[in-house]
Amino acid sequence: MDNFIFQALNGLSSAMFLWLVAAGLTVAFGVCGILNIAHGSLYMMGAYFAFTSFQILGLNFWLSIVFALIGVGIIGFLMERFFLRRIYAQPIEFQLILTFAFILVFDNLTKMIWGTMLIIPTMPSLFQGTIPIVGRPFPIYNLFIIGAGIGVAVGLWLIMERTWWGKKLRAAASEREMANAIGINIPALFTAAFVFAALLAAIGGALSTPIRVCDSGVGGAVIIPAFVVTVIGGLGSLKGAFVGALIIGVISSLCTLYIPFIELFILYLIMAVVLIIRPQGLFGGER
Amino acid sequence: MVLEVINIVTLYGQSLILDGVSLEVGKGEVVALLGRNGAGKTTTMRSIMGLTPARSGSIKLLGIEIISKLPFQIAALGIGYAPDDRRIFPDLTTEENLLLAGHLSKRTNGDWSVKKIYNLFPTLKDLRYRKGGFLSGGEQKMLATGRALMTNPALVLIDEPSEGLAPLVVAALSKAIREIRDTGVTVFLADQNVRFCRKTADRGYIIEKGTIRYQDEMKNILENEEIVKKYLAV
Repeated sequence: MDNFIFQALNGLSSAMFLWLVAAGLTVAFGVCGILNIAHGSLYMMGAYFAFTSFQILGLNFWLSIVFALIGVGIIGFLMERFFLRRIYAQPIEFQLILTFAFILVFDNLTKMIWGTMLIIPTMPSLFQGTIPIVGRPFPIYNLFIIGAGIGVAVGLWLIMERTWWGKKLRAAASEREMANAIGINIPALFTAAFVFAALLAAIGGALSTPIRVCDSGVGGAVIIPAFVVTVIGGLGSLKGAFVGALIIGVISSLCTLYIPFIELFILYLIMAVVLIIRPQGLFGGER
Repeated sequence: MVLEVINIVTLYGQSLILDGVSLEVGKGEVVALLGRNGAGKTTTMRSIMGLTPARSGSIKLLGIEIISKLPFQIAALGIGYAPDDRRIFPDLTTEENLLLAGHLSKRTNGDWSVKKIYNLFPTLKDLRYRKGGFLSGGEQKMLATGRALMTNPALVLIDEPSEGLAPLVVAALSKAIREIRDTGVTVFLADQNVRFCRKTADRGYIIEKGTIRYQDEMKNILENEEIVKKYLAV
């Protein structure tokens, strides 16, 4: 039982990284209708920016997150304003090609700037140490990640349900033309929504640097489980992305403990089972 | 004039839908655009709102040229729009649908409030916390009209207000539109129900094949059997 609880907590903290990536993916898809495969690359850029400002510039942990947010926010703005905006009206294949091109661009850009070095995790002194849980040392930082992930979920819920901006996003997500006709500046709203999605990726990337190795291939690697999460949850549903991330994170983590050989394909197994039972995803079509 | 449309031409892809439409709506009028299905009524509305922009011609709102403006700019200048297919925000409640439109209104010369909309359409008050996606067709139609008014427009465009509604609801809507006019909002509506237009509108234009064929006082249009038979009878 102790093993189970401990491993489930571990799973919860990796679920939060999945959630942070999947949340931005969901916002970009749900509002702008953009399936952004390069979303993982924004996460990666967040990690590189945070790493650079923390390790190389010697900023403190919080400032390095702010630095990552600003950097990725600017990248997101440029991506939307000069590229994605031109293909909203095109078939989805165009989005896939364009955003895939961005993965390659970001891969090579990071190689040009940072070389092929790995980002080796360094724990800020603030979070060093462990807390005993079921008699075993559990890293403080992992607890912080769980808190941060839940905090982002609550914050997103408040923004979507309680603010005018959230209501505009929900209106534009389902009835873009009508939202325009009651006075919402759709092009400006889409830019803001895409930047917002990029910021969510940046938080995930920045928070990953103390515990996860990062290199120029990470962008392509994190997007696959994040896609699985959004498909399980139902494309475009934030609630679905959160629940999907918890399911994938916790179940994969428990599998490593009990049935290790299944670990490599458990992700796809869960997706297959969910799609057979509910093809639209757990919260798909309910919005 | 609140609205002056001069010789607009609108295409969907390669096909010509409006072939030189001209019409005028004066302050405090309820004007109807009549015509059969496919005559160009909805496209006229969409062109005025900037949703299907006209290729040429002129559209003036209170003397300001709006033909090249975007829908959200046109809304800000004072046109409210209730589309034929309603387009209620399904994920927002009835009240949020209204409040969002009110929040976005940059105009101060109207003073529409949720309370006034509920006075106009009492049914909506009981449904205020229901999500827009769960309203019936008739309820959505009232909400679409209410939402258009919440932007405090000088002119409200109502496309097919009577379509698919029960006779009792149609009568209530007709009364509501007269009341809207009495508050100082000019109304331009498109409908193929001649009796509804006769009860609701002051003047009417008849559109066929993308061109205005006839215009007159509403009461004269209904009495002119030749016109009704030629352009409106199904």
